[in-house]
Amino acid sequence: MSLNIDRLEQEFQAKIDAGHNIEPKDWMPEKYRKTHIRQISQHAHSEIVGMLPEGNWITRAPSLRRKVALLAKVQDEAGHGLYLYSATETLGISRDELFEQLHSGKAKYSSIFNYPTLSWADIGAIGWLVDGAAIINQVMLTRTSYGPYARAMVRICKEESFHQRQGYEIMLTLCRGTQVQKDMAQDALNRWWWPSLMMFGPRDAESTHTEQSMKWKIKRKTNDELRQQFIDITVPQAEFLGLTVPDADLKWNEESGHYDFGEIDWDEFWQVVKGNGPCNKERLDARRSAYENGAWVREAAMAYADKQEQKRLAEVG
Amino acid sequence: MKDQLYQYLLMLGDNAMILGHRLSELCGHGPSLETDIALTNISLDLFGQVRNYFQYAAEVKGETNDEVTEDSIAFMRYPHEYRNTLLVEQPNKDFAFIITRQFFFDAYHLPLLEALMQSKDEQIAAIAHKSIKEVKYHLRFSSEWVKRLGDGTAESHNRMQTAVDYLYPYIGELVQETPIEKEMKEQGIGADLSLVRSKYYEKVKTVLQEATLSTPQFFGFHDGGKKGVHSEHHSHILSTLQYMQRTYPNMEW
Repeated sequence: MSLNIDRLEQEFQAKIDAGHNIEPKDWMPEKYRKTHIRQISQHAHSEIVGMLPEGNWITRAPSLRRKVALLAKVQDEAGHGLYLYSATETLGISRDELFEQLHSGKAKYSSIFNYPTLSWADIGAIGWLVDGAAIINQVMLTRTSYGPYARAMVRICKEESFHQRQGYEIMLTLCRGTQVQKDMAQDALNRWWWPSLMMFGPRDAESTHTEQSMKWKIKRKTNDELRQQFIDITVPQAEFLGLTVPDADLKWNEESGHYDFGEIDWDEFWQVVKGNGPCNKERLDARRSAYENGAWVREAAMAYADKQEQKRLAEVG
Repeated sequence: MKDQLYQYLLMLGDNAMILGHRLSELCGHGPSLETDIALTNISLDLFGQVRNYFQYAAEVKGETNDEVTEDSIAFMRYPHEYRNTLLVEQPNKDFAFIITRQFFFDAYHLPLLEALMQSKDEQIAAIAHKSIKEVKYHLRFSSEWVKRLGDGTAESHNRMQTAVDYLYPYIGELVQETPIEKEMKEQGIGADLSLVRSKYYEKVKTVLQEATLSTPQFFGFHDGGKKGVHSEHHSHILSTLQYMQRTYPNMEW
């Protein structure tokens, strides 16, 4: 029996090494399945919880054009959540079970969404920095080994890069505006910069999943490599805006060809992961109450579908 | 004449904007991902229509005042200058209210646009032509949900009947002709609301029946919105909608 499993695992790894996708009906190690359920659902939850901080500004968007763009963006996130939940369902778990894991606090989502959106500039900063950081992770995931996840990522990446440009354009408009608008943009960068760097996760030395994830091609670069890539891309963009990145230790290193940067506050990172960030409770409460308030609607829809089915059968029979 | 056309465009745009605003409050809080996406989609369609109406209204007004833009119309008016009906400003009490409000509006919106497609004003006819495809979908979505919830479980039926009873007195205003609408009709620009009315009540009656819901006995109705006299909810909507423009006046966003 165990010989058999060993052989299956070897074949499985050979398939990944050869660059083939794993599809839902293929044999896969239990740990691969579980890791994917964890990671893809975490990603789906991040999309859904991520709707909340930006949704906070839809009703107050400063122009009709911005309002329509923000509504469309938040709606895209709901769509991403939908494909990702569907991709997770191919691994043999239901959407209700996944929601249950989110609502009970068992499943995680990206900690960045536990920070508040305090001004319109935060909508620009989220698009620019948070979507920018997400794209760096997600482009890598378009080549991940699990087929449904990789395919969902291709579609998501296209939309995310549009969102990122839209966010940057909001920042650019603010930075070309009045002093009040520039200050608003700087304040947003001050608050979102460090949490955005934290989006890449703990340092490699402390990342528990990295090694196995690299082997299964869930990850192709480490957290620290991705974080560095993000900083190298983003700092010149901040300079172009005329904004100051809130890091006194940030400077270009001619020798390495990268920016050196200051120490991330890992204590804050772990506090937010553990549920003690500024908005953790509000975000989960909002999700839970949407789900609970919607229970009667979902039940009614099922009851109605059953009735219609019975009518149809009666007509046929 | 120009001013009446401008006011008429406000009526058309304000209904879409205030309903779109109510729906946009729900984004991220819907009972399921699918309904969340669908309601946001309707909100997006409505705001698209708002932009068409207000861009045109800005053009009409622009002959005498070149500082008028779609955004100044949307965000900078005084409360009594908004001409939306009272129905669309009613709050999102629960999903039954949201769906009922939507259905009551969509069932009016479709025959209204059918009439406006015949407008002598080419811009209005073009906007109606473009919007009607969207509104056909809105009506299909909302009337299906009225049936699903009306004929779903006992709880959903009760919630729907409560919403229908509460909102029904607001539907009369939609098809009640004001002097501006009368003038626009006579010019061949606006819709004839008496024709819209008969189609509207017929549709409402049919769908409520199919949904096993009873049509309330008619005891008069609430009106005033089209003339700028609103409910208590309205100024709260404006304080949110206008927040940025009022707090940071005269800036580009």
